[in-house]
Parts: sequence; C-alpha cells; structure tokens
Amino acid sequence: MSGTGTQAPFGPLGVMRSWLQSGRAAGSRRRGIGSIWAWLIFIAGGLYFILPLVGTYLFSTRPRPDPFLAYRQVLADDGFLGGLLYSFVAGLVTIFISLLIIVPTAYWVRLRLPRARPIVEFVTLMPFVVPPIVLAFGLIRIYGGGSPIIVLAATDLGLNILLVAAYVILSFPYMYRAVDTGLAAIDVRTLTEAAQSMGSGWGRILLQVIFPNLRTALLSGAFLTLAIVIGEYTIAQVLARTQAFGPYLSLLGRSSQPFQPAAVSLISFGLTWIAMVAIALLGRGSRQRVQVAGAR
Amino acid sequence: MGFLELSGVEKRFGDVVAVESFNLSAERGEFVSFLGPSGCGKTTTLRMIAGFEHPTAGSIIIDGKDITRQPPNRRNVGMVFQAYALFPNMTVAGNIGFGMRIRRRPANEIKKRVGELLELIGLPGRGERYPWQLSGGQQQRVALARALAIEPQVLLLDEPLSALDAKIRVSLRQQIRAIQRQLGITTVYVTHDQEEALSLSDRVVVMSEGRIEQIGTPAEIYNFPATRFVASFVGTLNLLTAQVVDARAGRLSVHGQEIQAAKPIDDGHGGVSIALRPESIELGENGGSNRLRGPLEDVSFLGSIVRMRVGLGNGTAVSLDTFNDPHLALPAVGETVTVSFPREACLVLASASAPAPAEDALAV
Repeated sequence: MSGTGTQAPFGPLGVMRSWLQSGRAAGSRRRGIGSIWAWLIFIAGGLYFILPLVGTYLFSTRPRPDPFLAYRQVLADDGFLGGLLYSFVAGLVTIFISLLIIVPTAYWVRLRLPRARPIVEFVTLMPFVVPPIVLAFGLIRIYGGGSPIIVLAATDLGLNILLVAAYVILSFPYMYRAVDTGLAAIDVRTLTEAAQSMGSGWGRILLQVIFPNLRTALLSGAFLTLAIVIGEYTIAQVLARTQAFGPYLSLLGRSSQPFQPAAVSLISFGLTWIAMVAIALLGRGSRQRVQVAGAR
Repeated sequence: MGFLELSGVEKRFGDVVAVESFNLSAERGEFVSFLGPSGCGKTTTLRMIAGFEHPTAGSIIIDGKDITRQPPNRRNVGMVFQAYALFPNMTVAGNIGFGMRIRRRPANEIKKRVGELLELIGLPGRGERYPWQLSGGQQQRVALARALAIEPQVLLLDEPLSALDAKIRVSLRQQIRAIQRQLGITTVYVTHDQEEALSLSDRVVVMSEGRIEQIGTPAEIYNFPATRFVASFVGTLNLLTAQVVDARAGRLSVHGQEIQAAKPIDDGHGGVSIALRPESIELGENGGSNRLRGPLEDVSFLGSIVRMRVGLGNGTAVSLDTFNDPHLALPAVGETVTVSFPREACLVLASASAPAPAEDALAV
C-alpha cells in the first residue's frame, strides 16, 4: 500500500499496517494508537457479554450422550410453554393499556403542557423508586379482602387484572421515554395543526397521524415492556400467579435438574434477540425515511 | 363588508401584546400579504385566522360568519406551513386526499380530485410517492395541493417559501400566484420578504410590533410609504433628517441645502424625516428641480445597477442608483457632484411609532 490516494483497511489489520508503515506523520501514529485502544476496549466489552453466554451454553450441553437433552426437556415441559404463553399474553395486554395511557399523555404534554413534563417524567419513574414487592403488597392491601374500593385479589380474573395493572406501571419508564423520544423526532405541533386545518379531530390525529409516525418508538417501548413482563418474578409470585414465566424459571432453578435453567436462560435470550431483530426490521423503513429527508 | 373581516383583533400573551387593533377587510379572491420583520405579529394574526390561537379581543368573520371562537377543524380554512408538514406515513395522494376523507367524500371523487390537483401543481403521476422521496419544492407544492383539496374559503400560507433555495422560490411563488388566480381563492400570505409580498399581492399589510403600519397595493406601499418604518422596511431608501423652512410651501433644508417637497408639510416645526428612493435620484442636474451637492464618496457595481454615495456633510450621505451601461462615464471618487430629484420623490414621513433606523441607513 502506498501513496496518498489509498486508505488503510478498516480494523485491526489496517491499524497494524499503518502502525508498521514508515514515514507516517506523528498525528497518524497517534490515531493508530487510539484505534488499537478502541479495538481493545471493544474486544474486552464483547468478551464481557459473550463469555457468560458461552459458559452457560457449554454448561447446558454437558449431559452425555445427548448434549441437547436439557433443551428437549424444557421445550417438552408444559410449564415452560404455558408460562411463556401466559406471560406473553400478559405482556401484550400490558403493552396495549400502556400505549393507551402513555401515547396521549406524552403527546399532550409535548403539545400543550410542556411545563408539566418534569412532573410526568417523575411519575413515570416511580417504578424505579417503589420496589416491585412494595407495589405488589400495596395492591393486595388495597384490592384484597375488605377493600374499600373493589375486591380483586379474591378471584383468578381479579388477580390477573392486578398483575397487568402492576405491569402497566412497571412499563411506564420505558414506554414514556420511548414515546417521548419518538415524539421529539417529529414536528408534533405542525403535523397536528396541519391535520386540524384539514378538519381532523383529536382521535383521528392520534390514530392516523401520530401513532403511525411513532412506529419505531412504539415498537421499542413495546418490546422492552414485553421483555420485562416475561422475566418478571416478584409481582407474579406475590399475586400467586405462579403460572407466569418468572415464577416458572425460579421453580426450575430450585429443581433437581441442573442443566434446564441454563437451557431456559439461553432460550429466553434467543427470544429477546428475535424481538430486537423484529424491531430493527420493522423500524427500518422509518429510519430510511428520516435519513433521506435529513439529507435534503 | 369584505369576505374576510378582522375587526379590532388583539392578541396578548400575558403582558406581551403580540397583535393589537388589527383591522382588515379582504375581498373574495383577493391576495393579501402580511409583511414585517420577525416578531411583528404577522404569523400570530395568521394563526388566529386559522384558529390555532384565540384572539384576546376582536372578531374574525369569513363570508359573514363569525368564526372567532370556532376550533380550527370546524373552519374551512386551508393552511400551508413553512415546514411543509406533510404526513410522513402517507403517500402524496394520501396527503392530498386526507381532508376529503375526513369529509367522507366518495373514494372515486377523492381519486379524481387528487389527480386534478397533482396536474395543477405539476406533479402528475407522483401520487404513490412518499414525501421523503420528493424535493423541498415538490413537497411544498404537495402541501399546497393538500390545502386546496378541501376547497377552503380562505387559503393561508405561512412563509411557505422560506425553506427553499432562491431559484425555486421565485418559480414556486409564480406558480402559487397563478393557481390562486385560477381558483379565485381568498389568500393570506405571511412573509418577511418584501420582494415576495410586492410581487405576489393585491394588497400588502405592513406590520411592526403587533400593529399595522400601512395597508395598500404594492405600488402604494413602495412609492408612498405612510410611516418611517414602512419606508425603511420596504425597498432601499435614503432616510434624511431635514429642517422645515416653510411648512406651507413644503420647503426643507438638508444640511444647509434647500429642497422642496411636492406637498405642504403637516406636522412640521423643526426636524422631519424625509425618504428618497435611490432610483429616483439622478447624477447631474436633469433629474428634477431639487438639487444636492457633495463629494462622491463611493461607487458600487451591483451588476445591472451602479450605486453611488454622495456625502452631504456631518457624516450624512445620499445614495443613488443608475443603470449600468458599458459606456457609462462616472466622476472620480472625491470629486464634487450634483444630484437631482423631482419634488414628488421627496417623501416627508409621518411620525412613526416604530424605532427609526439609523440616519441615512440603506434598508434592504
């Protein structure tokens, strides 16, 4: 490689080459050193994330002669699929209710009540302040036997309602931030006014103008919520929803099957990644639009 | 009574008066521009017509119907925004047909109308594209078509060309005017660009600090500015302080050199402001009966025009324009020259409420 018209290949190889090349300016050498550090940090970070996964995988495939026995057992277990399905449905209902609450709130705060933003942000952060165990016991106290409002903790349906209600609150920090970031990326006020001048009412503006333009943000919030709900243990356990996926995982960890929890962890991890890829694929169109529009 | 009537409209934000005593009567099919600097209240007034802001006082009437308290979606007013405001999730056809879908028009009627409007804005066959696939000028034309699709009683345009480059701005403004004439739609256009306002409008409303400074045809605004602010904001001009010598005869003194206005001076005891357009002053003595003498301080070549500055003493100067000519022989800088202008070119300005620009400043 020679001359000024060619660029060193990107990556460690390129860095090494540029490092070895004689006659380079000192600035270039400094950049080379910087790049090596960047790569070292990147590799260290990657190992930090990958090594536990590799370790878990190696552990989960230890049974002989059938290394995938734990996976087969987990997938054949009714508790696994039932728990996953229960938590998945609870997650979907949570997402639906959370969107119904958060999107109009965040929209209205951006459009008409910007001064209320710190208050709304604080309220949405409450799940980080109030531990789930406190939330769950609070719900049982208020909606349990002798409730002054309504007794919900006495029936299966009531407990399911309480569980979803608690999950909706847990989803607030993630959903609000995702939606608020999405709203920041579009000119909410002008789009609203344009729709109003066309004769549109608030419902149509939200459904046909705001919601569709928040697709990526809504997906991000939705998948984060789903991931939290599927892995949640404390509230489900306290509300006796042991059929949920979190309590199932906990039960499995205490069983005599040592390899199954590792297999379940990796399956859960895989499902989360599938969800992330889904976000990336579904949100691709809108990102392209933003980029192209920005380039003009 | 006009088709669009604004009577005593006022808008306050707390203690701040954004618009006060705004009165305007626009005829059906008229093209009216609100012209003024940033913060003069022109956009606030437009937004009150659209319904996005509510007047603190006064009334807005369209075709005899008081719409002052009506929400924006109940007014039949189309609006084009500076930032286009096309819905990114909808195609061009979807955007244009949006208002018609709200009005529950049949699908075939919407399709036909969208096709007609795409023809009108010169974008036939682009209905299935998304806004991000269009240039800025094309997007603004789609925004115009969208506003027109609902057949509004009044069309409002809020600095629609500001985000576009100069060449597209000129061609698009011609297109906007042509479409407006073709459809005969009453239009209010907000701009801070005097060239846009003068070239497009039937009438121009010049605003400053929430007040109307002058309403008139472009020619009236340019040739007979009512206030010092209008004179300084619209066009290029010389603003000079003159002493009144004889108010009834219209005689004035500019740094010891006597000139005469065409009309008697109304409020003249002591000093008054006079405005002179550079193009109405001639080098030499053939431009009119008024003459001023002084050293030629500067000559600027502006392409088709050559601008000269002649000193009048005490740092005061007067600028004049002459058309460029390859054979133009100009005096040397420093040489004493005479400039002349007719009495009619000497505009004695009424006392203005707006802060006056610097003496002799050339406002553009």
